[in-house]
Amino acid sequence: MKLTRRKFLEISSATFAGAALSQNLISNIKSNDTDELGIRKVPTYCNICFWKCGAIAYVRDGKLWKIEGNPLDPLSNGRLCPRGSGGVGMHYDPDRLKAPLIRKGNRGDEKWVVATWDEALNYIADKMLKIKETYGPESIALFNHGIGGNFLKHTLRAFGVINIVAPSFAQCRGPREIGFELTFGDYIGSPERTDIRNTKCLALIGSHLGENMHNTQVQDFAKAIENGASIIVVDPRFSIAAGKAKYYLPIKPGTDLALLLSWMNVLVTENLYDRDFVDKYGWGFESFKNEISAYTPEWAYIQTGITPEQIRNTARELALHKPASLVHPGRHVNWYGNDTQRSRAIALVNALLGNWNRKGGFFKPAEMKIPKYPYPPYPESQREKADNPDNKYPFISEEGLTNGIREATLTEKPYPIKGWFVYGTNLIESMPNQLETIEAINKLDLLVAIDVIPSEITSWADVVLPEAVYLERFDDISVNSFYLPFALIRQPVVNPPNEQKPGWWIAKKLAEKLNLNEYFPWTDIEEYLKYRIESAGYSYDEFKSKGIIFGEKQPIYDNEGVKQEFFTPSGKVEFYSNQLAEYGFDPIPRYIPPDDPPPGYFRLLFGRAPVHTFSQTQTNRILRDMMNENEVWINSDIANRIGIKSGDYIRLKNQDGIISNKVKVKATQKIRGDCVYMVHGFGHRSKALSGAYMRGASDAELITKYKIDPIMGGTGMNVNFVTILMED
Amino acid sequence: MARFAMVIDTKKCVGCMDCVVACKTENDVPEGFNRDWLAYETIGKFPNLHQENRSERCNHCDNPPCVYCCPCGASYISSLGGIVLVDQNKCSGCKACIAACPYNARFIHPVGYASKCTFCEHRVKHGGKPACVEVCPTHCMYFGDLDDPMSDVAQLLKARKYHTLIPEAGTEPNVYYLI
Repeated sequence: MKLTRRKFLEISSATFAGAALSQNLISNIKSNDTDELGIRKVPTYCNICFWKCGAIAYVRDGKLWKIEGNPLDPLSNGRLCPRGSGGVGMHYDPDRLKAPLIRKGNRGDEKWVVATWDEALNYIADKMLKIKETYGPESIALFNHGIGGNFLKHTLRAFGVINIVAPSFAQCRGPREIGFELTFGDYIGSPERTDIRNTKCLALIGSHLGENMHNTQVQDFAKAIENGASIIVVDPRFSIAAGKAKYYLPIKPGTDLALLLSWMNVLVTENLYDRDFVDKYGWGFESFKNEISAYTPEWAYIQTGITPEQIRNTARELALHKPASLVHPGRHVNWYGNDTQRSRAIALVNALLGNWNRKGGFFKPAEMKIPKYPYPPYPESQREKADNPDNKYPFISEEGLTNGIREATLTEKPYPIKGWFVYGTNLIESMPNQLETIEAINKLDLLVAIDVIPSEITSWADVVLPEAVYLERFDDISVNSFYLPFALIRQPVVNPPNEQKPGWWIAKKLAEKLNLNEYFPWTDIEEYLKYRIESAGYSYDEFKSKGIIFGEKQPIYDNEGVKQEFFTPSGKVEFYSNQLAEYGFDPIPRYIPPDDPPPGYFRLLFGRAPVHTFSQTQTNRILRDMMNENEVWINSDIANRIGIKSGDYIRLKNQDGIISNKVKVKATQKIRGDCVYMVHGFGHRSKALSGAYMRGASDAELITKYKIDPIMGGTGMNVNFVTILMED
Repeated sequence: MARFAMVIDTKKCVGCMDCVVACKTENDVPEGFNRDWLAYETIGKFPNLHQENRSERCNHCDNPPCVYCCPCGASYISSLGGIVLVDQNKCSGCKACIAACPYNARFIHPVGYASKCTFCEHRVKHGGKPACVEVCPTHCMYFGDLDDPMSDVAQLLKARKYHTLIPEAGTEPNVYYLI
C-alpha cells in the first residue's frame, strides 16, 4: 500500500498521541525555554545503560525529537553511543508498561487486572506487612539494577529489608573487583579507571570494546588507535577490536589464565618487568617468581593454542611500552567459575608492568563527594544477609549475590525469603538456569517487578509497576569519580504518556502505605536534589541549566602527587595473597584447564551488540531497526561440513536437552571451530514484547549449567555446550 | 562553490551504527528505513583476517546518475557544495533513481517520494556538520570542503591512503574511506 502524505502524518501523530496528551503538564519544567524554532533543550543523563552519560534532549513542537551528548560531560564528550542516541525510542515504545498490573491466573500466564496506583500499592503493602509479621522484614529481598532503584532501596531499607543484591556483581564484574582488591587493595569501579586514552599498548582479554559500547571507553579506544597504540586482542572470536589489533591471539576458550601465567613467566624470566615498582611495592614476589617459572610459553601453547612465539612477542610488546601499557580487566567476567583467579592474574600482569596510578595504565579516580540526604537511621537487623550464609564465599562486595538469594528462596535457608522486589533487571534473562529462578519465584508470597517495559520477569510477577522512562523523570544525582570529579542531574524532558510514574514517586507512595513517612521528609524530589546540591556548595539552578557540576581537579597519577597506597593486609601489591591462603585458595593463581565440549558440541559464548543493552532494548523501534534479531556465529568451514549457511535458521540444543528458539546462522571465518557465539538479549518469550517476541534465540535459556566461583560466589556461565538442530 | 565531501577513517570505525541512529532521529527517518548503513567486509582465513567497517550512504557524486535519469527534475545538484538532493514536491516516486544508483542509497519514503542522505544540508547551510559526523563516538568521520586545501577532508586525503566505492561506475563519489 502506498501511503499518502496525509495518511502518513496521521499514523505518525497516532504514534505520538500519548505524548501530545500530556503537553499541558510539560510547562512544569522550568529548566530550559523554548527557542524561536519551537525547540527546547533539556540537559539530563542517559539511562539506556549503566554508563550514565550526560545528555541533552531536544523537544520540538512539544514532542521528544532527539538526544545528543552534553558537550560538558566527561563521559560522552558531547557524543552519545548508538543506544543513547536511540533513547528516543524508549519514550515512544508501543510495548511500554502503561498502568499498574495485578496478576490474575497463574504466575507466568501474563494475565492481568489493570489497577490504579492506589490499588497496586495497597496490595503490595498488605503482602509486605504479612511477610514481616510471619517471617520478619529480612524475608523480603530486592534485586536492583541501576541508579533508578535508589529510592525504592531507601523505602525497603526503612522497612527493615537487608537482602539487597544486584546482578552486576555475581553475573558481571564481581571477579575483577575482588581480583584487583586482593592484589592492589582497590576496586576497578565504574566508569573504569583504565587510562585507555593515554595507553601505548592495550591488551583485551575477551573484552570486545566497540561491540561492548561503554561510551567513554570506546571513544578512548579509538583515540588509542589514532595515537598508534599497539592493540593485543585475545578472543576465540575475531571481534571488532580484533580487527584493530596488531596481535590477534585466537585463544581456545577458557584457557586465558594459562596465557596470563605465561606472559608473567616471560616478563620475569626475560627480566622485562618493572623491577623498581615490584621492589618498592611488591609482596611475596619470590614465591610468585618460583611458582610461575613452570608456566613457559611452550607449556601455555598446549593449553591455549597460542604459539610460544606469539606469547613471547606480545609479552615483550606489553613490556616495551610499560608503564603506559595496560591489560584491561574486562567487565562481564563471570565465565568459568575460576574468574577471580583469572582477574587476579590480570592484576598481576599489570603489577609487573608497574602501571598502577600511572599514565597509560590505571589512573586514580578523582573523587566527587555530594553529601547524602539526612534521613533517619534504618532499623537494625539481628540477622545476617541470606545471600551468603556462614560467609561461604569469603570475598563478596556489598552488591551481594543474586544467586545466593535465589538459593535461600529455594531452600528457605538460612531463613525463608518470601518477597522479591525486582527493579530494572530482567532476572530470568540475567541469571543462569531459568528453571531455578522460576522454582524460586513459585515459593514466593509476593513478586513485584518495577520496570519501563514488559519482560520475562514482569510476566512472572504478581504486581507490575510501570515506571516512567528516564526522559520523563527526576532521579537521584549521578556522582562520578573519573578523570575529573563531576555530578549529573536527570530531569524530565517530556511527560510519561500513560499512568507511568517516576521511581522516586513510587518509593515515596509505598513508604506512605507502610507508615514510613518519616523517611521521606521531603514532599517533592526537587527538595531532595536541591538539599544535596546546595549542601555541597553548588547552585541548584546552575546544575539544572548546565546538567553538570564539577568538583576540584585532583592528581590522578603518581607523578602528579598520588601516593602509591595499597589497601591490602601487607600494604603492598600482593603477588602472594595470604588472604587467599587463609581460606584455602591458591595464594598465587594456578591453572585449571576447562572441560572440553563433547563430540558434536560447541562451547556457547555470548556477548554484546553496540545497539542493544542486555534484554532491555529489543522493542525500542529505533534500535530494532539497527538489529532486530541475533545470529549464531559458527565457523564457516564447520558450517559447510554440516551443510548450513548464513541466513539459514537452526535451533541450538544444550547438554541438558534445552532447545532454543530458531535463530539465524552467521557462517563466518571470524570464530574458532570449537565454539559458537551469540549476542545476548534476544529470543524474548514474553508476549507483551510484541516488537521482540520470539525474534532470535536466548543464550540465557541455554545456560542451564553454571560454575560458582568459590572465592566470590559469582556464576561462571561459559560452561555450556550446544549442538545444532536443523530447522525444516 | 564549495565541494562537500565526507572522509571516513576505517581504522577507527568500530561499526557501532551510531551514525545510523543519529541520522534516524535527526531526519525523522521512518521505521523500517535508514539513510545510512554499515558494511562490514572481512577477508582472509581464520585467524589471519582483515576487516574493514564502513559507514555508507549516498555518495553525493559529481557525476550523479540519479540526477540525470530523473524524469521529473526532482533530483538535483544543490548549489550548496554540490550536495545531491531530492525535491519532495516534484518527485513522483517512479524509482528511476533507485535503479540508477549503484550504491543502493535511495528508498521510497512511505509518503511516496525518493529519500536518501542529504549530508544534513539543513545543518550544513548554517555552518554545522551532518548529524552522523557530529555523533560518532570514535571521531572517525570528517566533513568539509574539498576545494579548501586547509579543510580536514582535503588534508586527510593528501596524507592518507583511501578508496571510494565502485569507482568504476564513473559516478565520481564524494565519500572517501581512509585505509
